[in-house]
Amino acid sequence: MERGTDRVKRGLAEMLKGGVIMDVVNAEHAKIARDAGAVAVMALERVPADIRADGGVARMSDPAMIDEIMEAVTIPVMAKVRIGHFVEAQILQSMDVDYIDESEVLTPADEEHHIDKWTFTTPFVCGARNLGEALRRIGEGAAMIRTKGEAGTGNVVEAVRHMRRMTKEIRSLASMNPEQLMSAARDLGAPFDLVQEVADTGKLPVVNFAAGGLATPADAALMMQLGCDGVFVGSGIFKSADPSPRAKAIVEATTYANDPDQLVKVSRGLGEAMPGKEIADLDVRLADRGW
Amino acid sequence: MSVGPVGVLALQGDFREHQHSLEQAGATTRQVRRPEDLESISALVIPGGESTTIGRLASLYGMIDPLRDVIKGGLPTLGTCAGLIFLAVDAVRDAPPLLEVLDVVVERNAFGRQNDSFETPIDVAGLDSPHQAVFIRAPRVTKIGSDVEILATYDDQIVMVRQADILAGAFHPELTDDLRFHEMLLSVREEN
Repeated sequence: MERGTDRVKRGLAEMLKGGVIMDVVNAEHAKIARDAGAVAVMALERVPADIRADGGVARMSDPAMIDEIMEAVTIPVMAKVRIGHFVEAQILQSMDVDYIDESEVLTPADEEHHIDKWTFTTPFVCGARNLGEALRRIGEGAAMIRTKGEAGTGNVVEAVRHMRRMTKEIRSLASMNPEQLMSAARDLGAPFDLVQEVADTGKLPVVNFAAGGLATPADAALMMQLGCDGVFVGSGIFKSADPSPRAKAIVEATTYANDPDQLVKVSRGLGEAMPGKEIADLDVRLADRGW
Repeated sequence: MSVGPVGVLALQGDFREHQHSLEQAGATTRQVRRPEDLESISALVIPGGESTTIGRLASLYGMIDPLRDVIKGGLPTLGTCAGLIFLAVDAVRDAPPLLEVLDVVVERNAFGRQNDSFETPIDVAGLDSPHQAVFIRAPRVTKIGSDVEILATYDDQIVMVRQADILAGAFHPELTDDLRFHEMLLSVREEN
């Protein structure tokens, strides 16, 4: 009997596919998310929009708060650690959190190194803006990837940019001759064996979700149609006027992403979405954290 | 007469992995999201995923009764993990909406959280060599009805069962290259 194998770590992400992972800050939110059909929740003290507004250093959440959420729901519970902060990760692993997000939404603890994720039994998800970044994280042991997007903005443009770029780069690798792969690996700054694997299979070796700026059912369906395996919604739900119906609508839009008639039905009368932000007006670009 | 495709419930979860395994085993497949997608399918797979999500969407989109009808009507069906839960008559711990067609009671997350997820070789009745079973936040069967046959156990826990044309396991053959479970489903289809 073996725990923490690649197949077991990547396998949980496979089970989350076609689903919505929602940011929640307390047990009450977690239950709303579960009742809406979320496949997992991300437990954190402040949603990204608040982290952005508050400024200062954002750290791993209080274990008491994460525990409260783990006790409230039976769906998987994820939590965030700062980039490079392997001790925060040790703490979350010790708490039996189901997935660890090494996240640019928190203030990085190390500007040069990400966590060596192979040493953990608990699987990790990491953000990426492009294929090279995704493969570097997978090379460090990430079992799931998500686009970085630009969290806390309610603006989907960066998530779209990151997803389109990854898809384009994967297609380009798949069309290369074997002798081109080493220079591609050099240009991507990615491990050669992973570059070769992507070239052979035409896809990432792990599940890839959309994250960062999704606020509406249409945003979720857009990311699904662009080829994501599922979506994270952070501030988009609990910063909207009426979280519960919006959460349900986003879940349905993710399953029926290719059915515009259904998208009309679920999008109707949801109330105000979260207020959005123009990317050019931001003081801090979270996506630029990590490399 | 041509055989209809194998329907794979595609509300959420790893339905594409099941389609891949089925296609490798020589079957055609169809994603099932609405009652009309069940028409003329020759077998059904209920994939792994999050059972609360699958149950809620199935109930919301009017899938519970149509699924129950086709399975009770003898449609060969394979459920894995969340699929096992969804087929069961009852589930311990936050039972989501269930199909109640397989006479077993299951316990969700019976082996613990993700850190307790594991893979291990298990013997399965009808297979001549062990299967490398992947258990992810897996359920177990805690009670079975008189028509239910146990196909596999692990650590004295029931992890795979058969009741007439329904096969259901707590693990994920679709995450491995082992096609024997999908072949088992296709041979049930042939017997019918």
